[in-house]
Amino acid sequence: MAIDDVTKITETIAWTDITEGCKIEAAGNSRLFNTGEWRVDTPVFIKEKCTHCLLCVPVCPDSAIPVNNYKRADFDYEHCKGCGICAKACPVGAIEMKEGGK
Amino acid sequence: MSIRERLSGNEAVAIAIRQINPDVMPAFPITPSTEIAQMVATYIANGQVNTEFIPVESEHSAMSAAIGAEAAGARSLTATSSCGLALMWEVLYVAASSRLPIAMAVVNRALSSPININCDHSDSMGARDAGWIQIYSENNQEVYDNFVQAYRIAEHPSVRLPIMICQDGFYTSHAVENMELLEDREIKDFVGEYAPESYLLNSRQPLSVGAYGLPAYYMEAKRSQLEALKNAKQVTLEVAEEFARLSGRNYGLFEAYRLEDADYAMVIIGSTAGTAKDAVDKLRAEGKKAGLLKIRLFRPFPGEEIAHALKNAGFIACMDRTESFNGQCGPLGAEVKSALFNARLMPEVINYVYGIGGRDVAVENITSVFEDLIRIEQTKDAGDRYRYLSLRE
Ligand code: SF4
Ligand code: SF4
Repeated sequence: MAIDDVTKITETIAWTDITEGCKIEAAGNSRLFNTGEWRVDTPVFIKEKCTHCLLCVPVCPDSAIPVNNYKRADFDYEHCKGCGICAKACPVGAIEMKEGGK
Repeated sequence: MSIRERLSGNEAVAIAIRQINPDVMPAFPITPSTEIAQMVATYIANGQVNTEFIPVESEHSAMSAAIGAEAAGARSLTATSSCGLALMWEVLYVAASSRLPIAMAVVNRALSSPININCDHSDSMGARDAGWIQIYSENNQEVYDNFVQAYRIAEHPSVRLPIMICQDGFYTSHAVENMELLEDREIKDFVGEYAPESYLLNSRQPLSVGAYGLPAYYMEAKRSQLEALKNAKQVTLEVAEEFARLSGRNYGLFEAYRLEDADYAMVIIGSTAGTAKDAVDKLRAEGKKAGLLKIRLFRPFPGEEIAHALKNAGFIACMDRTESFNGQCGPLGAEVKSALFNARLMPEVINYVYGIGGRDVAVENITSVFEDLIRIEQTKDAGDRYRYLSLRE
């Protein structure tokens, strides 16, 4: 059975309806899941210090730093896991890590 | 038209691969399966096939590359033995649970240690619960015929699971026997072109493979996978029927040899079945009702059919060519006994470990097993129900 919309695979699905090998006939669907709730530390964006060099963007393993019009926007907390890599990469200290998931 | 040939089991599989002309073969050499990859590489070098050969750095990589290729939409295969199969362990499960119909030529060999390159079934028996279909072969003709049927079973829409075609290391893989091949065209028509429904390189339909399955999904995913494996039983029979029309050679889920009225039955896997048939004939000539059941399909295990075939036997010997270290039975013994129990049959079942690490098994050794069964009937004393055959005491 082909499920082209991942939102149809829910926690109430019967074994007879689950897709073959849990394949999903769609791309980019990880965006639909709020995996940011696993976070135990949280990066904080200090907008005033940011030079929009975008060095933090490619190092984020979760693509959780949005860019609009070449400007770095605030974190996507639905997907940020709080790993802190971006804070290490930022040359001007525009990202601070704080304890806790919120 | 069939072609008469003299070939080793490895040559027979390599020729089947050439005739099928699959898309991708990642492989890493290991005795006694090395020749298969080597011969396919030669066919590629000679321009006889257009299979993409990937020389990988390990068997873990071989299986991973086969998974990637198969998910991309390519008909893939590999060959391995022993520790090579053990190194694939982790990814074997990924191939099966991602429902990728990869074919693998397994040339059965003992696992270390002590280091041993000879035949037993500890490698594929260790992988028996990975979700693959497993088919075992008695001789060169069977391993060729089984390999030709492999993709038809694995790729069937109601199955879509990987398949191992097993043969005994050296006894089958290296010994040359007379056999019959089918014409290239006949094989091509029988196996057909691979047309997966969904695959990663299909630009018209994006696909995600390898999703994360939380506790809310995992059980449903496994149950659905089990259904596909169970479906493989019926598909194996259908493919065998079609193959019989093409080749004149008949295959089922297992082979029953002089079993119908047998009081003493042996259940066995692989090349020793040939030796055991000789022993059965000798005993029959003496008026002793011996019979044989040779496993072909081990996964899924055709328990109901096997219990039915054994229903008239009062004394059964299950022959395991591996030690399973649970202290009470081998994998074949466990399957057969649970199948009999489910069918509410209570014959005496003695489970033997035989031939491990390539220990020779002669007709006399097999005959001694039947004699044990006869003695148990006479003395009404089963003794140890889990024993070793031809062990020095
Ligand atoms: S903390 Fe880690 S996950 Fe979160 S935005 Fe920074 S790099 Fe990405
Ligand atoms: S690395 Fe620092 S300065 Fe550069 S865009 Fe990211 S937050 Fe802004």
